[in-house]
Amino acid sequence: MALLQISEPGMSTRPHERRFSVGIDLGTTNSLVATVRGSTADTLVDYRGRDIMPSIVRYAGNNEVQVGWAAKSASVSDAANTFVSVKRFMGRAISDLGEDEKKLPYDFVGSGADVIAFQTRNGIKTPIEVSSEILKVLARLGTETLGDKLDGVVITVPAYFDDAQRQATKDAATLAGLNVLRLLNEPTAAAVAYGLDRQDEGVVAIYDLGGGTFDISILKLSKGVFEVLSTGGDTALGGDDVDHLIADWFIAHTGAVISSSSQWREILNLSCAAKESLSENETTEILFHGSRAILSRSQFESLVTPLVNRTLSACRKALRDADIEPSEIRNVVMVGGSTRIPVIRQKVGDFFKCEPLVSVDPDKVVAIGAAIQADILVGNKPDNEMLLLDVTPLSLGLETMGGLVEKIIPRNTTIPVARAQEFTTYKDGQTAMSIHVLQGERELVSDCRSLARFELRGIPPMVAGAAHIRVTFQVDADGLLSVSAREQSTGVEAQVVIKPSYGLEEDDITRMLRESYEHARDDLQARELQEKRVDADRLLDAITVALDEDGEDLLVDEERQEITRAMEQLALARNSANAQEIGKAIKFLSEASEFFAARRMNSAIKKALAGHSLSELEKGFD
Amino acid sequence: MAITLTDAAARHIRKNLEHRGKGLGVRLGVQTTGCSGLSYVFEFVDEPRDEDRVFENGSVKLFIDPKSLVYLDGTELDFTKEGLNEGFRFNNPNVKEECGCGESFHV
Repeated sequence: MALLQISEPGMSTRPHERRFSVGIDLGTTNSLVATVRGSTADTLVDYRGRDIMPSIVRYAGNNEVQVGWAAKSASVSDAANTFVSVKRFMGRAISDLGEDEKKLPYDFVGSGADVIAFQTRNGIKTPIEVSSEILKVLARLGTETLGDKLDGVVITVPAYFDDAQRQATKDAATLAGLNVLRLLNEPTAAAVAYGLDRQDEGVVAIYDLGGGTFDISILKLSKGVFEVLSTGGDTALGGDDVDHLIADWFIAHTGAVISSSSQWREILNLSCAAKESLSENETTEILFHGSRAILSRSQFESLVTPLVNRTLSACRKALRDADIEPSEIRNVVMVGGSTRIPVIRQKVGDFFKCEPLVSVDPDKVVAIGAAIQADILVGNKPDNEMLLLDVTPLSLGLETMGGLVEKIIPRNTTIPVARAQEFTTYKDGQTAMSIHVLQGERELVSDCRSLARFELRGIPPMVAGAAHIRVTFQVDADGLLSVSAREQSTGVEAQVVIKPSYGLEEDDITRMLRESYEHARDDLQARELQEKRVDADRLLDAITVALDEDGEDLLVDEERQEITRAMEQLALARNSANAQEIGKAIKFLSEASEFFAARRMNSAIKKALAGHSLSELEKGFD
Repeated sequence: MAITLTDAAARHIRKNLEHRGKGLGVRLGVQTTGCSGLSYVFEFVDEPRDEDRVFENGSVKLFIDPKSLVYLDGTELDFTKEGLNEGFRFNNPNVKEECGCGESFHV
């Protein structure tokens, strides 16, 4: 019979209705998969007891793909077909490649705005396909361990990932045949692993020192919602640098000669072992081809201090960006194997003036948080114990007449969210509407960021203002936006899913917000002026049409001239920059044309009634 | 009437309770459902019910309602590994036939 796990009270599942989920930490260097069983979250191990899998994929020819440890050994001998750190290429274009990246041993295909792709022995592969191979192996470990298929997964991504990188991650999961319940920010996952989401509110810092990168994230928690206040770090700083420092010290201290790259590899491995040993012991011995040295913990600490200080200056900058004092930080979560080094823990604690959280294995903490979130999203917890939400960093809206932005989803709205608003046509007989989707806080289109444009066609011809066009903005749990427009009477519909190729940096978000505050008054005035201009144009249009249709029949020359004069005045005022003047001219023209409008109304009723008997009409009113 | 636990099962239940941070023990039971009639209830207990029979075994409390006990009498609860998968198994002498996957059964 199937093996059982203990459920929460009242949550024993019916046969074949158990829901299985895993959380995946899809890392740059290493990846892990975790799950919740019997109310405990832990990482899953392979047949050899390893839970960490190198994020390395090798295309070995004949459609054979090697992933993880199997691929790692070939990363030097078959470098062109063995992809290391492919996460760095997700959602990016060839033109985004830095000079250093172009020097990597890969055969890049395409140019300019093309999505990055590699020529491999198994054909052309994109970073999405490479990542999907890693996900497939992790998911297989999940299904083999749980003994059933997975109903859903949560995959973690860096907080600074933009829409394109998030979409690429989702695509990789789809390609691997996985149902993505949600993409979760890595620092948020780490906070969840410690249960910080169950606190009422507060600001927390996530200090993530991995093998090759350092990330600091400042998160604000309020009512179960994590908002990323700022992110920072150093993409070329990590535990590997510590190994280099020890190796350099050893060579300087002993005069040992390194004569090949494999010897350098060897001394780095010895350094890494020494580093790990010093987390437990006061001294450690390094032996290398007859050279010997004793490294004490205090010597080691003075070696790594400059490196720790570099991470702390990144922390300082992140705090400044978030406008937060170190003393306001309630908790610091330590992520990444390098945070096991005692001196790092101590200095981070001193900096933030609180004891860092270290009780969850720093290598596993992100995967564990993802697993906890996956378990809830898949429906294994009573009454949704935790509903973790993210928020939109900037408002989303669309362009209306006069180059104005109508905001549909304001900033800091919790996602997922869907909001709809009705719009109408501006001109008689208008059969198409252009929808321009924008992001930002400013009032004018030119000051916001354009995300997409699309057209709704096939609107039946109607008088201006008669059509009901419902525009729906939807942001899913991963922060991806889709916009649809539907003409209500006919049901014609058009939509777009936003996949901008270049997302916003945190700095851009801050800049856009700041500008919106600085220009609040200008923006308001600009908005008022544009609105008046739109009103003026609409009125002028309507009267021009009316004059063409009925001017001859209903007006004497003098009356017509009076209206024309008022129209000329309005046309003149419209081009001024004075909203009040335009307003006055609109009022004047409206009044001047009032009698004309009344006569048109009477004449229209007469026409409608002509040829009908009274009884016919009465019947119609029943 | 008795229910027994293997050492491995007792150890894992204790571990699960410790990780969860609360709970008096675990509830064993049956519910009517599934392709073959009955299936097991296996969950943490935060609040016991008046009618529960309580068995203590390897310093683990097992809570069983009297109706379920009829179908579970003589059951040994074990914890085993099958490849990478691990979990609890009910060795229930009352079971006459199981559905293919073993998630539901007849007595």
